[in-house]
Amino acid sequence: MIVTEHLRKCYGDFVAVDDLNLQIEPGEVVGLLGPNGAGKSTTMKMLSGFLTPTSGTASIFGKDVVHDSLAARRMLGYLPEGAPAWGEMTPEQFLHFIADIRGLQGSQRKKALDEVVEQLHLDRVWHQPIDTLSKGFKRRVGLAQAILHKPKALLLDEPTDGLDPNQKHEVRELIQQIAADRIILISTHILEEVEALCTRAVIIARGKILADDTPEGLEQRSRYHLAVTLRLESPERYREKLAALPMVAEVEVHANGLTAFPSGKETPFPHIKALVDEENWPVQSLQLERGRLDEVFRTITMGERN
Amino acid sequence: MQAMKAVMRRELLSYFATPVAYVFIVIFLMLSATFTFYLGGFYERGQADLQPFFLFHPWLYLFLIPAISMRLWAEERKSGTLELLLTLPISLKDAIIGKFLAAWLFAGLALALTFPIWITVNYLGDPDNGVILAAYLGSFLMAGAYLAIGSSLSALTRNQVIAFILSVVACFIMMVTGLDMVLDFFRGWLPQGLVDAVASLSFLTHFQSISRGVVELRDVLYFLLVIGLGLYANQLIIEAKKAD
Repeated sequence: MIVTEHLRKCYGDFVAVDDLNLQIEPGEVVGLLGPNGAGKSTTMKMLSGFLTPTSGTASIFGKDVVHDSLAARRMLGYLPEGAPAWGEMTPEQFLHFIADIRGLQGSQRKKALDEVVEQLHLDRVWHQPIDTLSKGFKRRVGLAQAILHKPKALLLDEPTDGLDPNQKHEVRELIQQIAADRIILISTHILEEVEALCTRAVIIARGKILADDTPEGLEQRSRYHLAVTLRLESPERYREKLAALPMVAEVEVHANGLTAFPSGKETPFPHIKALVDEENWPVQSLQLERGRLDEVFRTITMGERN
Repeated sequence: MQAMKAVMRRELLSYFATPVAYVFIVIFLMLSATFTFYLGGFYERGQADLQPFFLFHPWLYLFLIPAISMRLWAEERKSGTLELLLTLPISLKDAIIGKFLAAWLFAGLALALTFPIWITVNYLGDPDNGVILAAYLGSFLMAGAYLAIGSSLSALTRNQVIAFILSVVACFIMMVTGLDMVLDFFRGWLPQGLVDAVASLSFLTHFQSISRGVVELRDVLYFLLVIGLGLYANQLIIEAKKAD
């Protein structure tokens, strides 16, 4: 369990993290979402024991990150932003060093090393200096370092930032593989990541928590939630008829379609479907929207500013 | 302890993974030989001792030791591995000592590789090997003191060039307080007791007394104290400047 209470970090006059209260249980994959400079990395750095909080407390499975720092760090795996590693070392030397520091010995050590090599497909680059590896492989080496000792809690600071779509997909699959019974806290500003990975999303901006919900819960806050989008040619012609339907509050026209927003808590989908069938509209697709996270994210983080 | 050893091993491995270590050792050996034979007049003196060899060590170290110490923390800061290292389950103190010991061992290795000059002087004459051993010990201790100062200054910045220059200046100050030239300046207006105090702060004063073959506890303690204080300052600097 990760618990933070009134966690706060200031750099001079600047408040990077302000009164942060969080509680994360094993099995949860939590996305820490926020625009750049929101305090995501600072939060991660305090939880990992790198930075000392200005005030407030944080603990990892009951071990305080300041007063019992070493014990807390033993239970953590941490991937700092950009996955730093000593470039002149090979993944083999690097991971052996991590195993040394983590006190892994004997058969347990061998098993742990074999497992991460297999999970992250490191065998091909095992004897190559890390400096010469591609970005994707460097990230994998960083992840291997973080999960080598099978930590009960894993902190990943922007694990997929700067990777290509295939590499992103790979890293996400890996995170899902190792998620069972662990705490995983991922900081990111990539929303698709939250949809793909997280069981819970915490949105922060300027150091404060603005929303703490499941991804579905967040989607429901979107004005697109339960809206219906039609794709068809010359959408302007259909606008009036659509707007006249019951349960439709508003219709928005875009380049190749229309979106009808619900007036209440129910979707106008059945009515629209009936209308389309009845009048035989040349619809290419008819889609019930779940809600758009990017729009919710913008509303929440920008709304606070105004 | 285990973690400190791991850090030390990793650090040593890094020295030899790049050409830096070899370049350093070759330059150190070449310069120390040049100084001994040309500036020190090793042959011309006609004496079977290594005074001309050890005489130049403080000056040699002035530029070469900061070249080792400059990267100790500046590089970790620059590449982001500082955050990785300090979030592993190792105390800051152990990390600092581990890195320092690796650098010290490396300097010791370079020093040990000057052994041909010791063989030479034994071949040519009949030197007092006890004095030579004491001088080696003094030189090694002095290298440690230079390194500890360099290590703490390296923690101040992410720029290795700045770390290098700061260390050279700091070590230079620690050295020249023992030169007669500087002491004469104080002699004019300070009581003798204070002049001695200034002189006793210098690497030179302590190194010279050890290299004459007199291993006194206070000289050894002096160097160990400088190392201790340097590494303590190192810790304070890193703690204060982690976030930068």
